[in-house]
Amino acid sequence: MLIRSAPDLRDCDVTDRGLYLRRREFIYGAGALAAAGTLGLSAAEAAPLKVAKKTNLAGDEKPTSLKNITSYNNFYEFGTGKEDPAANAGSFKTRPWTVVVDGECMKPMRFSIDDLTKRYPLEERIYRMRCVEAWSMVIPWVGFPLASLLNDVQPTAKAKFVTFETLNDPKQMPGQRDRTLDWPYREGLRIDEATNPLTLLAVGMYGETMPNQNGAPIRLVTPWKYGFKSAKSIVHIRLQERQPATSWNLANAHEYGFYSNVNPEVDHPRWSQASERRIGEFFRRKTLPFNGYADQVASLYRGMDLQKNF
Amino acid sequence: MPFANMRDRLIYLAVWFACLGPILWFIFQGFTDDLGANPIEYIIRQLGVWGLRLLMVSLAITPAAKLLRQPRLIRYRRTVGLWAFAYIALHLSTYVGIDHFFNWPEIGKDILKRPYITIGMTAFVLLVPLAVTSTNGMLRRLGPKNWKRLHQLVYVIVPLGVTHYYLLVKKDVRPPVVYGVIVTILLGYRLYAWARQRRERALKAAAKAAA
Repeated sequence: MLIRSAPDLRDCDVTDRGLYLRRREFIYGAGALAAAGTLGLSAAEAAPLKVAKKTNLAGDEKPTSLKNITSYNNFYEFGTGKEDPAANAGSFKTRPWTVVVDGECMKPMRFSIDDLTKRYPLEERIYRMRCVEAWSMVIPWVGFPLASLLNDVQPTAKAKFVTFETLNDPKQMPGQRDRTLDWPYREGLRIDEATNPLTLLAVGMYGETMPNQNGAPIRLVTPWKYGFKSAKSIVHIRLQERQPATSWNLANAHEYGFYSNVNPEVDHPRWSQASERRIGEFFRRKTLPFNGYADQVASLYRGMDLQKNF
Repeated sequence: MPFANMRDRLIYLAVWFACLGPILWFIFQGFTDDLGANPIEYIIRQLGVWGLRLLMVSLAITPAAKLLRQPRLIRYRRTVGLWAFAYIALHLSTYVGIDHFFNWPEIGKDILKRPYITIGMTAFVLLVPLAVTSTNGMLRRLGPKNWKRLHQLVYVIVPLGVTHYYLLVKKDVRPPVVYGVIVTILLGYRLYAWARQRRERALKAAAKAAA
């Protein structure tokens, strides 16, 4: 007899049907993991994202390399050094993750991060990012307009401001064990800023899910404001009537205003904001009003004294 | 080389290369693409921090020589001090020539408007005469008393350096505060030694007068 049974194969050796059907995704995932590995990302988090639309809002400026974007970060929850977030955020758990949207709205909601990315079509937006420390990058974000989300919760007439709160978890975020800032990190926008089409809730960059050190799993992006306005690892979005207290403003109101629009004419009290160093370039660049997005946002501030409301 | 015997020469060489070490390390990092995303800022900060550290080492040598009863240590103070000057001169040149690419109007505004830069520049300007008068010839020309008095400027320069560092830090002031504490101890020791010496002299004079 040549036909033999295979006694070494048992039920538990058979690949689960569901897994079998998703075998291509698995290979995709493995490829992304390998790519992430070579880029020095923590392998667990990078997964490709489907993008419906791509918009380049940084002109012909070349995106900053993923290596630089992921190794030079201000994310004080993981330490105050620029390399600290990359070093300390590797094991940060971004799933399961819940975002609560409430306050002055008719339909407060809770979302899991996966609900959000399924509910709102993702798009790529290439934006300039200007840090208050006078350096800048060009980043291909993946996300969706905050306006879409706010529209769904139906803000009331009292919703004049929106606050964003970062996760508060000193066990996972070693920087929160020091009182460098008043945790949790809080940021805020006026409602018309929040619903401006430029304002993005980003869940990834370079076509993949957000690296932990850049604010995974979901962060704000307001490209005409200094980087610190864009709160990272958001768990709570609240609509409210009063202007919220914000972290850097609480830390030093004299240096960090509520608006913090990029403005070459208003210097930081300790350094000039007239020019910036684009990461990866040798010569400084002139800083543009509203970081080059004046056409889209300058009208929001018509009639305001931007020297006072810095 | 100013040292006659072999052992002292070796120590001198070791001190010299220890001071050169950080620069060699930056060059190595440059070749291995390891200066980070913002290499210009990294180099400027590192040169400044190492200049400050070496100044602090030079400040520590005198008390160390006294407390350890090793007067020979004093001989290495000048080497360390001159290396500190080299780091600080490179720190300033990188700021002027690379960070701002000789944009003099911008640099001038910085010096006048930014307290941390004003203070840093002041510290550098005060450091120049110390470097210039570091030779044996200058020591002879000035005479030991004047020379010593001039070089006590370092008691002003180092606190200015720490203040310069403290003022530029955005929020996490712990590192400059640590430097400040060390400098306070180093200068406090001198104040203490000076006060004690004065008292002893006064006591001796009183004893003489009584006798």
